[in-house]
Amino acid sequence: MSTATARQAKPATMAQALQRAMRDAMSEDPTVHVMGEDVGTLGGVFRVTDGLAKEFGEDRCTDTPLAEAGILGTAVGMAMYGLRPVVEMQFDAFAYPAFEQLISHVSRMRNRTRGAMPLPITVRVPYGGGIGGVEHHSDSSEAYYMATPGLHVVTPATVEDAYGLLREAIASDDPVVFLEPKRLYWSKADWSPDAPAAVEPIGRAVVRRQGRSATLITYGPSVPVCMEAAEAAEAEGWDLEVVDLRSLVPFDDETVCASVRRTGRAVVVHESTGFGGPGGEIAARVTERCFHHLEAPVLRVAGFDIPYPPPMLERHHLPGVDRVLDAVARLQWEAES
Amino acid sequence: MTVQERPGAAYRPTPPPAWKPRTDPAPLLPDPEPYRVLGTDAAAGADPELLLRLYAELVRGRRYNAQATALTKQGRLAVYPSSTGQEACEVAAALALEERDWLFPSYRDTLAAVARGLDPVQALTLLRGDWHTGYDPNEHRVAPLSTPLATQLPHAVGLAHAARLKGDDVVALAMVGDGGTSEGDFHEALNFAAVWRAPVVFLVQNNGFAISVPLSKQTAAPSLAHKAVGYGMPGRLVDGNDAAAVHEVLGEAVARARRGGGPTLVEAITYRIDAHTNADDATRYRGESEVEAWREHDPIRLLEAELTSRGLLDEDGVRSAAEAAEAMAARLRERMNADPVLNPMDLFEHVYAEQTGQLREQAAQLRAEIDAEGGEGAHGAEGDAR
Ligand SMILES: Cc1ncc(C[n+]2csc(CCOP(=O)(O)OP(=O)(O)O)c2C)c(N)n1
Repeated sequence: MSTATARQAKPATMAQALQRAMRDAMSEDPTVHVMGEDVGTLGGVFRVTDGLAKEFGEDRCTDTPLAEAGILGTAVGMAMYGLRPVVEMQFDAFAYPAFEQLISHVSRMRNRTRGAMPLPITVRVPYGGGIGGVEHHSDSSEAYYMATPGLHVVTPATVEDAYGLLREAIASDDPVVFLEPKRLYWSKADWSPDAPAAVEPIGRAVVRRQGRSATLITYGPSVPVCMEAAEAAEAEGWDLEVVDLRSLVPFDDETVCASVRRTGRAVVVHESTGFGGPGGEIAARVTERCFHHLEAPVLRVAGFDIPYPPPMLERHHLPGVDRVLDAVARLQWEAES
Repeated sequence: MTVQERPGAAYRPTPPPAWKPRTDPAPLLPDPEPYRVLGTDAAAGADPELLLRLYAELVRGRRYNAQATALTKQGRLAVYPSSTGQEACEVAAALALEERDWLFPSYRDTLAAVARGLDPVQALTLLRGDWHTGYDPNEHRVAPLSTPLATQLPHAVGLAHAARLKGDDVVALAMVGDGGTSEGDFHEALNFAAVWRAPVVFLVQNNGFAISVPLSKQTAAPSLAHKAVGYGMPGRLVDGNDAAAVHEVLGEAVARARRGGGPTLVEAITYRIDAHTNADDATRYRGESEVEAWREHDPIRLLEAELTSRGLLDEDGVRSAAEAAEAMAARLRERMNADPVLNPMDLFEHVYAEQTGQLREQAAQLRAEIDAEGGEGAHGAEGDAR
């Protein structure tokens, strides 16, 4: 796109940005193939792959048989032969049949072949709750992916990042688990796909809001929650900084720790379970690196340690603004002890 | 309103709209008897040169199995799953392929990989324990030996599919054991292959057991080859100890795949003469008489008998094949007796295209530990003495 083209900002959704990212990647690189259940004619159950089969043909955007291990397993072979498969898992909990392929092969093929056989596969997984989905449609599985060496794990929280991070994921020579916060699919931004924002490499966190009293460390669907909490906290005299991780693996210790050292207090916020969840790892890293700067223990605000609840109860489970503000109040450690 | 409440004329059930079978199952069904060549009239048509080549490879393969098993006793290999008794499948698999084709072996298929040209030592690093895959898969088009059962089958399908999309006439041959056919990945791979008409051949080596579990506890299917029909691909049964038959059946399946005819499932009936691995006690689950019967039906004996009766092989020929095998074994022994040179810092290589910050920190930690130990990289009691 020439610089002469005026940036035509028009509201776009995250789903559209993701679709645009795939379309651009497919146009630029004939080895990029999209595959999964219902991704072709239907355009995906969330319409994220809408139009790709029409534009690029069924060989480039393929409706596969209904078999997650088969989808990812055949993608491995395709990547071995020089293609760049972008695989869609229909929903978080339906990716589990493919875990064997992901963990036993995708994540370690580069390593076991001493770099001779990299697998540039992007696994797109719509994840998380808040859309009133029935059982198996709302899981946050990021901890499972994070625990597997060899995978990158990224998740956008904004429309711009949805485009930028997916472009980066597809271009990456390593396998990337690309977690799409499904309750943000329809969030809009004044974003022009004609002049996409600068694409950040995978592995960088970003400070979404600057503040001095405490850092909220968060990602994906919890980013808007934290932004709202930060606004609300102003009334209480708290000036909160919000760090959007964007990438869980690799983890951006630098940005996170720089923020915590400035503020002296931190809360990790995510909707996946707390016990054994990503927050434990993040809190431990921050404590190890910033202990002398901390005024209070690093707190976690997470989903309860329960199977994802039925939709009529999910609002009780999902960490909302109030729970974040409660945690922020608890950061006044000295006063309490 | 139910059907009974429907007013007017009595409701006449009609057949479901527009049902027809997608494929005529009859041509897909395997013959009830495993296909054989050696000792039958078909043998007359077999190419003498091919038979001699197969013979040399079988003899070498048997010796390789014996040598590798011996290396486990000397502690040079952590474990070795021998394919003694199954050499005909291993060799025919490798020889049925063209150079541009790909082989997707399981952990038992070292011989097939070596017969395809792999350095015998590099093929053993997985089992020696110095690296998971000691070779570059692209060099001889041999995928890494797969330890999780059946998981390499969808890879073969994907690769064959990708090759066809690119316009290359490449075929993938995927090998799996009888136990592996019970895994979900077996089903998914066959289904994808048939739907995509991918140029893949699946070779099941039915050697009677999955570790200790006999086929009767693995499946209730009439044969493993019958499973093909459910996917819409031909199933073929072959005597897995008859090298000429396996080569012919696989050759046809490969040719069919290459000309766009789609996948084939071949079941080779064979037997694992040795235990599952050197660590297994086979007497706990099978009797010696059963093993004896299969020794009678040995792949090398079958081929030797054919070649001798046709005057293609004499005592000299047998001796020179044995000598060539012996020389190979001596070289292998010698090379395997040298300690592999390992660099502990390799642990952090090849996890990602670029090392992450976390890995750089951990690499520095290990570097410091090694330096403190005197730079040897040997982690032992001494280094830990405090
Ligand atoms: C997914 C998986 N489960 C279990 C094992 C452990 N295991 C290794 S070999 C084996 C038996 C396999 O039998 P079969 O497929 O018949 O092959 P064979 O060993 O006879 O060649 C088992 C259970 C494994 N490697 N992978």
